[in-house]
Amino acid sequence: MQIVVFYVAGALAIGSAIAVVVQRNPFLAALSLILHLASLAALYLVLQGDFVAVAQLLVYAGAVMVMFLFVIAYLGDRADLDLRRGGVGAGAAVVTGLAIFIETIVAVSDSKDLLGSPASVADSFGSPQTIGKLFLTDHLLAFEAISLILLVGAIAGVVLGAGDLLPKAGPDGEPGEREARSERYDLRRELRRREDEQEHGSEVGA
Amino acid sequence: MTPGIGSWITLSSALFCIGLAGVMLRRNPLVILLSLEIMLNAGNLLLVAGSRYVGGNDGHVLALTVMAVAAAEVVVGLGLIVALARRGSALDVDELRSLHG
Repeated sequence: MQIVVFYVAGALAIGSAIAVVVQRNPFLAALSLILHLASLAALYLVLQGDFVAVAQLLVYAGAVMVMFLFVIAYLGDRADLDLRRGGVGAGAAVVTGLAIFIETIVAVSDSKDLLGSPASVADSFGSPQTIGKLFLTDHLLAFEAISLILLVGAIAGVVLGAGDLLPKAGPDGEPGEREARSERYDLRRELRRREDEQEHGSEVGA
Repeated sequence: MTPGIGSWITLSSALFCIGLAGVMLRRNPLVILLSLEIMLNAGNLLLVAGSRYVGGNDGHVLALTVMAVAAAEVVVGLGLIVALARRGSALDVDELRSLHG
């Protein structure tokens, strides 16, 4: 049963990964990646990594991919560029990929008897309790580092996404974008005031 | 019956190579980010498989760490892409060569 799931989900993972790489439309590529992540979650279940499988579906297929689809939808047809390298670049990409893959196959076939069957583990293997305990004891530093990385990532997202909404000073006392904009705004307001005055004046005149 | 760890290593290596070829092949930064995700997930698969065959949950902890780092990386990458699009530059990594020596 497990070996059937391994082959089906493995073939699905490879197929959808190839679809991501060769797909012309980035939206369809992102949808293929969701299928890829879901089949990987199935493989994690074969490996009794229950918590990792659920986290994969929630964090990756849920949150990260929604963000991807959102940005692709925001960019609209500007994201829709079918750009790939031709000739030398494509050849280098395929050769590099194949070389690493063949090297791995050679290394694996040389050590066939190594770890042929899974270790015998307790029922609590891969459960949230076990992983949570490990995170808060042996891997506390990694846990704290993750919280810092996520904080910095959130700040970076705000700074990069806000763009010119944040105050910006130009070089060497030159008025920056924001000042220039407020000057234009003042000018527009002044013009509107004069127009109003004129209208008012003509009304009075009539 | 489960396959030996060799099968998992082969599968994970195949996925990694597909992602690598995608990063090298495509010029659209969005698709490059998607291919990067494939590579990170290939590494994750190997971590979880190793955890199962050796026994012990450390691989799972590391896989979850990789997931968090990947999420942060996607935020920064997508933020850069949106900033690029706002600036009006083409979404083509070969066009962005002002740091080119």
